[in-house]
Amino acid sequence: MASRNLADLLEASALRYPQRLAVVDSENLTLTYAELEKQSNALARFLSRHGVRRGDRVGIALPKGLPTVVSMFGTLKAGAAYVPIDISAPTERGRQILEECGISALIVDAASLALRPVSCGSVQVVVVGPPEGQTEGVPFHEVVAGESEREQIAPDGDDLAYIIYTSGSTGMPKGVMISHANALSFIDWCAETFAPTPDDRFSNHAPFHFDYSVLDLYLSIKHGATVYLISEDLARRPRDMVRFIARHRLTVWGSTPSALTMIVQFGELEASDTSSLRLVTFGGEVFPPRHLRALQRHWKSAEYFNLYGPTEITTACTFARIPSNVPENREAPYPIGFACAHCQTLVLDESGREVAERGEGLLYISGPSVFAGYWNRPAETSAAFLDRSGARWYNTGDIVRWDPAEGFTYVGRKDRMVKRRGYRIELGEIERALHLHAGVREAAVVAIPDADAGLRIVACVSCGNDRPSVVELKSFCATKVPTYMVPDRFVFQDKLPRTSSDKVDYQALGRVAEARGR
Amino acid sequence: MQDTKETIRQFILVSQLAGEPPDSLRDNTPLQTSGILDSLATVGLVSFIEKHFGVELDVHDTSVERFDSIDDIAATIVRKRVASRA
Repeated sequence: MASRNLADLLEASALRYPQRLAVVDSENLTLTYAELEKQSNALARFLSRHGVRRGDRVGIALPKGLPTVVSMFGTLKAGAAYVPIDISAPTERGRQILEECGISALIVDAASLALRPVSCGSVQVVVVGPPEGQTEGVPFHEVVAGESEREQIAPDGDDLAYIIYTSGSTGMPKGVMISHANALSFIDWCAETFAPTPDDRFSNHAPFHFDYSVLDLYLSIKHGATVYLISEDLARRPRDMVRFIARHRLTVWGSTPSALTMIVQFGELEASDTSSLRLVTFGGEVFPPRHLRALQRHWKSAEYFNLYGPTEITTACTFARIPSNVPENREAPYPIGFACAHCQTLVLDESGREVAERGEGLLYISGPSVFAGYWNRPAETSAAFLDRSGARWYNTGDIVRWDPAEGFTYVGRKDRMVKRRGYRIELGEIERALHLHAGVREAAVVAIPDADAGLRIVACVSCGNDRPSVVELKSFCATKVPTYMVPDRFVFQDKLPRTSSDKVDYQALGRVAEARGR
Repeated sequence: MQDTKETIRQFILVSQLAGEPPDSLRDNTPLQTSGILDSLATVGLVSFIEKHFGVELDVHDTSVERFDSIDDIAATIVRKRVASRA
């Protein structure tokens, strides 16, 4: 049976492998396929009975755990799209997102109830783990124990499956709308390329508000395999993650290079038997070859893949197979490789001409995994696309170089978007946060390359006589933007350098940051 | 206890906040939730504490709720030392 939507993947595996484990969390709690199917059906029925209609949005604001996965499938089965919220980010930011996309239900843990949008009186609230005597919302455990016959709602390929918010240059995050067909086309490519079996044990390292997690979860569910959730607490503990891999004999690992670098440096790799790993994928940023080499000295059994792609094209659109034995003399990062089979690529120079071999240009992507648009942002949506030769091409904004032997190599960007630990960051969003601080007169943020950290975010600020401390400024930023956007370093100046037209001189600031932002 | 806190404070100041006045980093200043310590810096601090104080911290000891200020961290170290002597 061909799957028309992501929920079909679960239904098919639940029919075939009802007693196999679908999900295991970091505390060893488990759900079989039959249990996951039953609980998500019950949640879907509840949502449908309480006003959630096909095409609606449901906010999910939970720490990573079994209820999160039930909530995602329950939402999809109700015909709605889920909106995963980063609960470690400032509450105000999460609430803005939920208000902007107009949710009709919110599934939330008791600690994050403040996320509930003020303006949405009719939002149905489901609370995971409510304390005794809590009156707000309906307890999740009661909902999922309810009637569990499957709803007669079958989302189409064009229906939205999820909306993931990424940093926006205007200071407000923008919602990337991904349909069932988008996600399925990517998952089908993964199935062909990585050939999973029901005996695979997938790690899920990325948070669900980061779309790398789409690969782990849906690929595993499609194949009747088991996905092991790495909680926020466990993700901070490289040594314990390595023990987790060894204890559960995980076969597939996927994460950002930053997480793998942390594992190399602090994971005590020599102490654990991780020979069960057969596949390691990484993406979201550059992996410095020396850390990759160090990893491969211990993780010898695995095949390695570098995946590249913005959220807008559903996780990955190009891939490169990396040798399991990165040569000692390799210093250049590996390329992002070749187009995945479900994607077409186009590289254009500044005047819109296709670039010749070894030339550089902007990378455009077309194909079934390319998103429908940004939620409620028609102007930004149309600006992101180019119509050419009868196809709709998404402009990634990434400049690449093409080489027939190595494929694409990532070169850089012309705008002010950077990536850190796999997260997209618009430097302008950080500047806007800093400008809200009463003691900051001017603020400009630059990113400078760093051999160890990939890049360093340096904020150059000018203040009055009473300059705030770095501790004060960092803490303030963390109330406005997620912690991964908080600058690494602050450089204080009497006034910021300006160009002759009185704009902030970012090139001069870059030099200042290089010199003083170490 | 005060010695423990000073040791932690010095480590964070030197590794993350070079040039900052020591009194800007208070016992109750949030460290992880403020972005003062990013994930790699947190791991570095855990590794330092394990070596320096001779304790082994588990996943729960370093959850954000128990490991977000010098106060929290010092209390965790004391608790681990008492537990290891028991």
